[in-house]
Order: sequence, then structure tokens, then C-alpha cells
Amino acid sequence: MSVISAEPEAAPTAERPQHWVSYPYFLWRSIVLATDGSLMFYAWMTMLTAVALVGANAWAHQVVEGMGVTHMSDHVSWGLYIANFTFAVGLAAGGVMMVIPAYLYHDEDMHKVVIVGELLAIAAIVMCLMFVVADLGRPDRFWHMIPGIGRFNWPVSMLTWDVIVLNVYLLLNLHICGYLLYMRFLGRQPSARWYVPFVFLSIFWAISIHTVTAFLYCGLGGRPFWNSALLAPRFLASAFVSGPAFIIVTLLAIRRLTAFEISEAPIRTLIAIVRVTILVNLLMLASELFTAFYTGGAHATSAEYLFFGLHGADGLVPWTWTSIVFNVLATAGFLYPNVVRNLPLLVVSCALAFCGIWIEKGMGLIVPGFIPSTLHELIEYSPSLVEWKITAGVWAFGLLVFTAALKIALPVLTGEAREKIV
Amino acid sequence: MSDSTPTQLPVLNNACSRRTALKAIGATLGAAAFARALAPLTEWTADLSVDEFLQKHYMELSPEELKAVFVRLEEETKQDYGADVTIADPRPLPGVKFGYALNLSICIGCRKCAEACHQENNHDRPSGNSYIRVLEMAKGSIDLEQGNVDYDHPVPHEDKFYMPVQCQQCDNPPCVHVCPVEATWKEEDGIVVVDYNWCIGCRYCEAACPYHARRFNWVKPQVPTEEINPDQGYLSNRIRPQGVIEKCTYCLHRTREGRMPACLEACPTGARVFGNLLDPDSEIRWVLANKRVFVLKEELGTRPSFFYFFDV
Repeated sequence: MSVISAEPEAAPTAERPQHWVSYPYFLWRSIVLATDGSLMFYAWMTMLTAVALVGANAWAHQVVEGMGVTHMSDHVSWGLYIANFTFAVGLAAGGVMMVIPAYLYHDEDMHKVVIVGELLAIAAIVMCLMFVVADLGRPDRFWHMIPGIGRFNWPVSMLTWDVIVLNVYLLLNLHICGYLLYMRFLGRQPSARWYVPFVFLSIFWAISIHTVTAFLYCGLGGRPFWNSALLAPRFLASAFVSGPAFIIVTLLAIRRLTAFEISEAPIRTLIAIVRVTILVNLLMLASELFTAFYTGGAHATSAEYLFFGLHGADGLVPWTWTSIVFNVLATAGFLYPNVVRNLPLLVVSCALAFCGIWIEKGMGLIVPGFIPSTLHELIEYSPSLVEWKITAGVWAFGLLVFTAALKIALPVLTGEAREKIV
Repeated sequence: MSDSTPTQLPVLNNACSRRTALKAIGATLGAAAFARALAPLTEWTADLSVDEFLQKHYMELSPEELKAVFVRLEEETKQDYGADVTIADPRPLPGVKFGYALNLSICIGCRKCAEACHQENNHDRPSGNSYIRVLEMAKGSIDLEQGNVDYDHPVPHEDKFYMPVQCQQCDNPPCVHVCPVEATWKEEDGIVVVDYNWCIGCRYCEAACPYHARRFNWVKPQVPTEEINPDQGYLSNRIRPQGVIEKCTYCLHRTREGRMPACLEACPTGARVFGNLLDPDSEIRWVLANKRVFVLKEELGTRPSFFYFFDV
């Protein structure tokens, strides 16, 4: 899609090559850039490929033998895949915390690195789509969902809304990144009208993807654990912790591993954002816990299972307390006044926040929605080896996409890619 | 470093070309590994016929196309399960809306209904699947939280009463609303059905149902040839494919032809009352008019067509 939409309308002049020549050349150079690097780069990419292949193989077995190879059941009918899907949606939305300062408030320092957030959105949405496909019992019937040739239950089914917002968000980011990089590759000034409207649309859209994903769950009256008006706001708050945390670590890694210059300013801004969002998220958690436990009754049984265990069933208790400890420690780390200069502390805080939210928005959100079941049966769930393999494979593929995208984008932005060809 | 290498192949001398060559080898190996990793899929695609892959939604199939689908499915059942079956598609009867009522005072919790469902609907044998779960409840509460399905002692137990739960055929069915591909819908006579050949297996309906009425085919169902019920409906008890959702259909292949659901016939105490809600002379209408009936989880607004009542 980006191939089509990235075509600018400016008429090529004599010294400028035609787009039908320069665009394929740009794509070819991108492939070269994405596959070229140090020994460490090759080792990293080989490792990711290997893990992705293990995942692909596990998925092939799951398709042939049936979803019975997972540990999901008619009681806990969504598990690790949907948990990771939910978290990855947040990661994709989190990139917008770079876009808003860069474009809405003209933060020049953020503007120089904003593409990292947009590329993260692309990689994360790719992961989301893969997790959804991994969760389908009949991936061969995927076409039934395509509007026009299938039957798309829009607007009633929230899942169709999610399909729309996720795919459009992917296209928006592909277009924005594709267009900007192509223009930089040609050494031309990007034309604002070809990308700025899309950037503003993407801000709105980033909010929508996580809101709609929350609506998937909170719209279900039969699942009291999810049926809370706080779900969507909490999704957003936690997404704006995990996304920026991941981006901070990425920026630090880029600064360390490449010649690409990254100033302290964007990192400082991201830390300032996380300082607010991480507290808002904790506040909402406290609010939910109070409502559940002070009231008690049937609405609190899932929360009771999640935090303390129920009638001897306590599979998620270690997960959820790990998440809470991680989130609280990360909060302390981020609130430490000079965390931007204390890199080990910053990286550890980011990692703790990222993992804490991965549990909270993943296993800690999806699984207790099913426990106890709607007939109040207590059937527990812990993922099977196949589920772990597929999940690791999707993550590896996502990181592969993200790394390759950065390998292309950074030299194009510095003009290095252009110099090499002239 | 290329300068110090003795000349063998020109391509290997040039650092840039050598790198390209190595990349090409790497890409080839990668592609081969990928094909190898996904190789199990070939076994699966061999099983999947083109006709099945391209089959349209139930409502878009013409009568001739439907007929062809039934023939294909009958052949597949013969091939996979060794049984000669007839797949038909009885349509809703005009002026009929089915309702079900269950007398909690006389249900003894024997689970004969669940067993009959298991056999009638060609359920997977190893999992012992059934569309009915029977809850053993403590007297003094109709809170499902007090229920227990895993009881294993002679019934009825003195201090307990029993509550079988199956699809409530809601008039406002959350499962139908959430389906992204319209693979499940409510028919004229009130029965919520699934097109097993259209369902993509996302299990959103299973998450949405407040009554645990839906089941997923985690594996290909196993039923011994001699135990297969050959009297099958396309939208009801035909053997389901792997990876799709299924549910209770009030045995529409029986009830639309004037017979009673299998669970009712199996009930030894007569606790079950089934009939046409639109017929003022039906037994179910008598129950609704003369007994204090209630529905499960009324507060959710699902408006079930399945009622419970007590005699005393």
C-alpha cells in the first residue's frame, strides 16, 4: 500500500529520475541496508530467525493437529495469544507518545527520532495480526473476514472494528514512514500535505486502536471482570507506559550501537510522560481493587482468584504480584529525580515497567476473565509448550521487522544511504 | 583482505560481491528452513478440498449448491468415519417459536439428558462432550456460584437440588452480536445456529456467552463408526470439523420434524417441558402461565427462551 500512496505528485524534472526508476531502486537499497551489518547484527538476526522458525513450525503443528495442542479449554477459551495480542496493541499505540510532542508541540529533538515510534507501531501491529491468526481455529477461512468477499459483521461485532482500526493504523504508519524515508532517500524536502494530515490522523487512530481493543472485552456483560468502564482508560494509561519504556531502551541502544545521534531531550520527554502515565495506571489499579474488594460478591471473584487464589486454585497469583512489584519498582525508578543520567537505573526501570505491564495487560487481564467460568467452575490455565513457542516466534518476528526497519531508516535519515550510492 | 586471498573465483575476491554471495546463500538457507518449518501444513492442505475452502456462507448457497454440499459432507463422513449418514436441512416451521422449561423440583441430577445429548449430537467421545452441564446446588440458594458440576455420588442427594444448563436460545444473544463473520445467527423459530463451514474459530462467541453454552472443537471429533447417529442436520448434529464452534440447537433436526429433543426424551422424571411458545394450548405455555418461572442471569438482558421453575 505504501508503494502506491508514497508516490508524490511533484512532476519529476530533468535531473530527477522518474519514480518508476527511483522507487524500485529505493526498495532495493532498503533490502541491502536491512541485510547488511556487523557480526553482532548477523548473530542477532540469525537468532531471531531461528526463534521465528521454531514458532512457525509449532504453528504448523497446531493447525494440523488442532488447538488441542494448546492448554486452552472451553472454560478458558483465550490464553497466551490473545494476552500478547492485547499487550502488542498497547505497544503499537505507545509510539504515539513520540508523535504528539514531535508534531503537535513541534519538539524538534523529538522530531528527529519520531520515526522510531512509528516503526515500532508497524512492527507491533504485524505482531498483533500474527497473534490473532495464531489464535484462529480455522486460519484457512481468514478470507471470510474480508469485506466484500466474506461477511463482515460490522458495525455490531467489536472484532470487526478492531480489524479495521488495526489494519488502517498499519497502513497509516507504513505510508508515513515510507513516504518520509523515500523523500529523504531522494534528498528532497517532503511535502507536508502528503504526510502531515496522515500524522494527525494517526494520533487519533493510535488512541482508537487501544480503545476498541478494550471494548472487545468490556462490552461482554457475562464477564464481570472485564465489564468495567475503566478498562479502556486503563488500557491507554498502561500503553503509554510500556510503549515509551520500550522506545527509551531502543533509543539508548541505537545511541550505543550506531553512529546515529540521539540527544538527551527526547529521552527526557519520554521519561516525563511515563512519570505521569505510570502513576495514573497505578491509581486506576487501586481504584479497581477497592471497588472489587470493598464490595465483594460475585463481581470480585475473578479479582480474588487473580490476587489471592480461590479454593486452592492460585495459578495466577505469582504472576500478578510479580507484575505489581515490577510496576511499583519501575514507578520508584522513574520518579528518581536524575534517572535520565543514571542509565542502568533507567534501563532497569524501563524493563520492569515493560514486563510488569506485559503481565498485567496479558495473562493478568485475559485469563481471570474466564476464571471462574460463567457457570462458576474453577478451571485453571497455564500455556502449553506449543503456545510458548508460537508466542516467542511472533515476538522474534516482530523484533526482526523492527530491527530491519531501523537498519533502513537510520542511514536514510542521516543521508548515509544516499552518499553511498552517489 | 580480498588482496591477500589467492585468486580462485572472481566473485570471492571482491569483498562486496562476496558479501552479496554470502547473503544469497543465507537467504536461500533461510527460505529452505522456513519451508521445512511449515512442512506439516502440506499434510493438512491435502485433507482440505478446494470446494470446502471456497464454500460460501450458508445463506448465500442456492438450494442446488446446498444439496451438493450435503453430498460432499456425506462422502467425507463415509471416508473419515466409515459411516453412511444422511445430512438434511429442515427449515423453521411457520408460526413456531421454540421454548424450553425445566422443573427444578423433580430433576434428580442423573445427567441422563447430558448423556443423550452426547450420543444424539455426535459429540467427541474421548472428551465426553455434551451441550448440557448439570449443576448440583445447595438448597437455600439459586446462586450459580454455589453450584458444582463434578459431583460423583448417588443422586439425588438429600441436601441438594439440580440445575441442568444448556444454550438458552436468547432473544438478545450476545454470541451472535460478537461474531465477526456472521457464522452464527438466530433463526425464525428462535434457535441460534452455527454454520460450521463458515466459522473461523476465533471463539469470541464463547467468551461472550454468559451460560457456557458454546463448545469449541479443539481437535477433530472422534466417534466410533457404530456409534454415529446417521440422522443429521447441516446446522445441528452433523460431525463438526476441527477448529470451529458448536452449540445446542434444541435438536432442530428432530424438533422441526415434530419430535422432542433428545434430552427431553431421556429425562426419567419428566422435568423437561418443550414446545411452541406461539401456541396458546401448548404445555410450555401452560407452564409459563401457571408456574413461577425464572430465567438465568436475567439482569444481563439476554432474554432467554429457556425457563426454570419449582413445583413447590
